[in-house]
Amino acid sequence: MLELRDIFFSVDKNEIIRGVNLTVENNKFVVITGPNGGGKSTLARLIMGIEKPTGGKIIFDGQDITDADITERAQFGISFAFQQPVRFKGIEVFDLLKLSAGGKLPFNKACDYLSAVGLCARDYINREVNSSLSGGEVKRIEIATILARKTKLSIFDEPEAGIDLWSFKHLIQIFEDMRKNIDGGSIVIISHQERILSIADEIIVLAEGQIKNRGAAEKILPEIINTESVLRECEKLKR
Amino acid sequence: MLKLDEIQRRLIAEIAGLHKVPIGAYNFRANSQLAGRNTTANIDITSKDDGSGIDIRVKDGTKNESVHIPVVLSASGIKETVYNDFYIGENCDVVIVAGCGIDNCGNQDSEHDGVHRFFVGKNSKVKYVEKHYGSGDGAGQKILNPLTEVSLNDDSIMEMEMVQIKGVDSTNRVTTAELKTGAKLIVRERLMTHGAQKAYSTYKITLNGENSGADVVSRGVAKGKSFQKLDLCVIGNAPCNGHTECDSIIMDEGKILAVPSLEANHVDAMLFHEAAIGKIAGEQLIKLMTLGLTEQEAEEQIISGFLK
Ligand SMILES: Nc1ncnc2c1ncn2[C@@H]1O[C@H](COP(=O)(O)OP(=O)(O)OP(=O)(O)O)[C@@H](O)[C@H]1O
Ligand SMILES: [Mg+2]
Repeated sequence: MLELRDIFFSVDKNEIIRGVNLTVENNKFVVITGPNGGGKSTLARLIMGIEKPTGGKIIFDGQDITDADITERAQFGISFAFQQPVRFKGIEVFDLLKLSAGGKLPFNKACDYLSAVGLCARDYINREVNSSLSGGEVKRIEIATILARKTKLSIFDEPEAGIDLWSFKHLIQIFEDMRKNIDGGSIVIISHQERILSIADEIIVLAEGQIKNRGAAEKILPEIINTESVLRECEKLKR
Repeated sequence: MLKLDEIQRRLIAEIAGLHKVPIGAYNFRANSQLAGRNTTANIDITSKDDGSGIDIRVKDGTKNESVHIPVVLSASGIKETVYNDFYIGENCDVVIVAGCGIDNCGNQDSEHDGVHRFFVGKNSKVKYVEKHYGSGDGAGQKILNPLTEVSLNDDSIMEMEMVQIKGVDSTNRVTTAELKTGAKLIVRERLMTHGAQKAYSTYKITLNGENSGADVVSRGVAKGKSFQKLDLCVIGNAPCNGHTECDSIIMDEGKILAVPSLEANHVDAMLFHEAAIGKIAGEQLIKLMTLGLTEQEAEEQIISGFLK
């Protein structure tokens, strides 16, 4: 479905992505992990068209989309949940979900998306997506917008960040449901979480702008489990 | 019944959201003529003897009633100044919907200068909604210069929603308020200018009484080559709370000048001001584009949310 061919990206003389080749097949659940600053978010922004590569090609469903803009890529069927969701003055949660669904969305459907991300619809549907929402709340709303989009390719940038443990289980459930319900659809998640890594079909380790390791979860997880990036906060503190 | 033509009806729908005759008291003014009036047991409307405007009197204890006083101008070349005085009794809770719509297809300027004075009695609550709108693409200018004076007696509350969304070529709005003990003033202003429009908005709020408070938030969007000047001034003469905020988006070659000022004349006066001017945040546009909107559609959504 998605193919990155020899992608390079640099800002000024600083090379952030250095020759990434990657194929995401239909119906796959791919997790990208790696150290902070490794280039994961940048790679996702390149796929969505927010940044343009300085070299290489991006192919989506057999079509070269390297020169397509964000709107076109969104319409081709790519969606992207930001690591740091954007806030808006005056735009309500329901408005944002409607826009995500392409304009029209029945009220009860919008409520379903909110419940799926563990938000009580009644309390949130008419809230403005502004700075009065907590970090975890905007993060959940961001995920709900992707559920409402129902695209072939959904990319989530650290969806678990800021989400409490109880909801975390639901989050995993959401990804599993998405995978079941979207025919031929694939999910790419950027994550540091072992639980998310463990359910991946393929794990990709990105560091210094290059793919350092890749393969099935059973193979990769044991290899990286003791590295910095997947250590839980408390273990870091203990050392 | 109402003596209004099609254009006038459309203007009224724009400014007052009215598609039929409202319930309660009203006074419709069209092309400088009285087009319809209704009074109720508690709300009286009378024309001033010299014909310069109307007096609206609300009896003590009037609750859950409304007054609509829309003004429309649909003929080119009218210039009028109207004086409307509102006497709100004690312990009232009323909604006042004003607003002016101008349609000018001609070559002469049309101008409505409304002078509104509010005398709000003790313990009363007033919600005031005012919308200004212009349409018609004649060479004649559509000009609105509202002058609003508010005097709030002890423990009264006035909430003002002032909106100018479209089509007014030139406006110079001046709002002054004086607050007594425990009185509160809440203002939400929304201004959008486009083309070569100019909008000046000035507030002078004087907090005279103990525990009085004012919260003024003005949001503006200046598109095209338009210009806005916001002048928000709060004076604290007693233990009081004042907050003003200018929040503006500039687009194209728009210009915005925000001039906040605070004057504290009492050691327990707490006055705050916030001001921010900038273009639409790039991340906001990008997020909406990732949902499939074009840049233009994203811009429209962001602006309409911001001005809501
Ligand atoms: N526009 C930019 N200009 C300059 N440097 C940038 C830009 N975008 C990204 N970088 C740099 O590129 C590197 C990769 O950033 P990126 O956000 O992709 O990392 P990441 O893998 O997502 O990290 P994290 O796990 O912390 O989210 C970082 O060193 C970052 O500072
Ligand atoms: Mg990142």
